[in-house]
Amino acid sequence: MISRRTALLGAAVAALVAASPALAADDLKLPRQAVELVAPPFVHPHEQATKEGPKIIEFKLPIREKEIVIDEAGTKFQAMTFNGSMPGPLMVVHEGDYVEVTLINPETNTMPHNIDFHAATGGLGGGALTHVNPGEEVVLRWKATRTGTFVYHCAPEGMIPWHVVSGMHGTVMVLPRDGLKTREGKPLRYDRIYYIGENDLYVPKDENGKYKSYETPGEAFADTTEVMRKLIPTHVVFNGKVGALTGKNAMTAKVGETVMIVHSQANRDSRPHLIGGHGDYVWETGKFTNPPEKDLETWFIRGGSAGAALYTFRQPGIYAYVNHNLIEAVELGATAHFKVEGEWNNDLMKQVKPPGPIPPSKSSAAEPTVQTR
Amino acid sequence: MLLVMKIKVAIAAAALASPVALTMAPVATTPSRSANSEISEIVTKPFQYRVAGDFSRDGRPAAAPLRSMQLGGNLTIMHHQVTVGEYSACADEGACPRIPQRAVMIDRPMVGVSWRDATAYAEWMTKKTGLLHRLPTDEEWVFAAGEKAADEAPPLVDPSDPAQAWIARYEAEANRARPLALDPQPIGTFGRNTHGLQDIGGNVWEWTNTCFLRFAFEAGGAARVVNTNCGVRVVQGAHRTYMTDFIRDPRTGGCAAGVPPANLGFRLVIENEKLPTVSRMVERVVATLVREK
Repeated sequence: MISRRTALLGAAVAALVAASPALAADDLKLPRQAVELVAPPFVHPHEQATKEGPKIIEFKLPIREKEIVIDEAGTKFQAMTFNGSMPGPLMVVHEGDYVEVTLINPETNTMPHNIDFHAATGGLGGGALTHVNPGEEVVLRWKATRTGTFVYHCAPEGMIPWHVVSGMHGTVMVLPRDGLKTREGKPLRYDRIYYIGENDLYVPKDENGKYKSYETPGEAFADTTEVMRKLIPTHVVFNGKVGALTGKNAMTAKVGETVMIVHSQANRDSRPHLIGGHGDYVWETGKFTNPPEKDLETWFIRGGSAGAALYTFRQPGIYAYVNHNLIEAVELGATAHFKVEGEWNNDLMKQVKPPGPIPPSKSSAAEPTVQTR
Repeated sequence: MLLVMKIKVAIAAAALASPVALTMAPVATTPSRSANSEISEIVTKPFQYRVAGDFSRDGRPAAAPLRSMQLGGNLTIMHHQVTVGEYSACADEGACPRIPQRAVMIDRPMVGVSWRDATAYAEWMTKKTGLLHRLPTDEEWVFAAGEKAADEAPPLVDPSDPAQAWIARYEAEANRARPLALDPQPIGTFGRNTHGLQDIGGNVWEWTNTCFLRFAFEAGGAARVVNTNCGVRVVQGAHRTYMTDFIRDPRTGGCAAGVPPANLGFRLVIENEKLPTVSRMVERVVATLVREK
C-alpha cells in the first residue's frame, strides 16, 4: 500500500504537471457538454435519441472514502465510492460521443484509486492511465464505440476485488444515436429510468459473531480479504444498503408508464426478477445492437456486467424487485420495491373468492374434484 | 357474533393452560410471588380495543371494529419484559431452549425468543412458583399497555381497488418511526406507563397468546370467524403484527413489504389464585365475555 508520505509526494508532482500548459487536449473540434451526475437510483437528464452530432461529454467524478451503514442493525462499513454513492452514478452518452472523465482523489482520502471502463478500448479500460493518489486528479477521454450498458470500476494493482466490493463500481450507458429499438426496428422509449447497482459485501465478524467496524478502509483490508476469499457475502444489497430502495425510498411509477431498469453487478452473478411484473424488452447482456428478448420472467446479470430491462406497468400496487436467489433477496438484503399508482384492472387479476374455510366436499375429501359445468 | 369468536379464543387459551393445570402439582406450599420480576396488579376497568385479525366485507378488506370492553378481573402482569438473566435461569435448568444473544447483558430484555420459547418459560415459572404464569392475551396486553397501546387507524380507501389499500398500508408502514437502536436497551429506557409497566412500545415487541383469526362481516354487521390459525400469534409493541410461533428473528424482504418488529421478547401475566382448574379458567374468560358490550 502506498504510504501517506509517498501519496503527498505524488500530489506535489501532480501539482507541477498541472501547472504546465493545460493538457486539456483540444485536438478534437467537437462541442463540449458538462453533465452533472446524480446519485442512483436516479439518472441525470438525457436524450433517448439525438439528432445532434457527437460531442465530448464531461463528467466530474470525485472519489469519496466514507463510513456508511449497510443494514437495519446499524452495521458500519468502510466504503470507497465514486461520487459518494454505492454504486457510482450512471453516466449516459450516445454512440460516437467522447467520454471525458475528471477523476478526483481528494487529499482527505487514504488510498490510491483509478478507473476501468468496460465500455472503453485499450489501456486496461483506462485503469492504466488513471492511477491517482490522494490529492491528485486525472482526466481521461475515451470514445464510446459500442452501445449498451457497461460496468466501470476501480482497479488498483493488488487490491482490485477489495476496491470493487467496497463500493467502487458504476455503469455507463451508451445509447444508439437514434435510440433503442425492438428486434423489428420499432423505436422503444421509456418514461422513467432507474439504476440499480447490486453490491455483494463481505463484513468481518468478531469472535462473538458481531460485525466488526474499522476506522479506515485500510484497517478493514486484511479481515475483509479473508471473508472475501470464502466467496460468501454477508450482505447482498441494492444501492449500498439493506432497504436503500424500499419504504420511503421505494421507486415509483404509474400504470401505463414504461420504466427502464438498468441493473449492474460488478463482481458476482445476479438474477433480477420483478415480482408481479415482467421484462417486456430485456437486453440481458446489456448490449443494444443485440435485439432485446421479450416477456422475460427473470434475467441473468453476469458478474462484471450491466443489463437493461424495459417494463410497462399494467397494474397498481407494490412490486418487489429482487435478486431471485431468494435467500439473497430476503436474508441478505437484495430487495427493492416499486410503488405503482393507478387503477386496478380486474381483467388481469381478481380475487374471485377471499380466503375462507374449505367447503365440505360432496365426494371423498382426499380425491381431487373435477368440476364440470 | 363477536361472542362466538371470544369463546373460541377462550377455548384456545384454556387448551393451552390445561396441560399445565392438569399435570402440575403445586411445588411450594406457600406460593411465592414471581421472585425475579416486579409485578403490577391493574384494577379492571373499561377500555377500547380494536379486535386483532383480518376482517373482510363482501370479500374486500375491511377495518377491524373498535370495541369497548372490560376484563373479567384484575390483571397481574410483569412490570418489565423478561430479562436475559431471568430467561437464562430457565435455560440453565434445561426447561427453556438456550438462545444466543447479540448483546449479552443479563439485565436487558431477552430477545430472539419465539412464542414457543416464551411459553416454555411461562410453564417453567408456573412450576417454580406454583402460580400460573402465561403470556397475556392481546386484549389483556392492550389493557395493560394503556395509553401506550398503538391503534393504527385503518386507511380509508376505495374497497373495490385492492391496490389502493395495499399502497396505503405500505405507506403507513414506511412512515412508522423505527427504533433508534436495534440492540435491547436497559430496562426503563422507553419509559413507564400509567400502569407502571416499563418499555411498552420500545424496541422489543411482545408475544401474546391470541391466535390469528380471519373474520367476515355478515349482512347484519356482525363479524363471523371464518378461520383460526394458532400457528400464528399476535405480537404487540409499537405496532401490532402477527408472527408464526417459531419465529425468533423477525425480518422483512422479498415480497414482504413493511417494517417488522425490531426484536421479539415477552412479559407474563400471573394468575393470582393458586393453579386454577380448567373450569375456573373458562369461567373467568366467559365472565370477560359477558361483561363485554
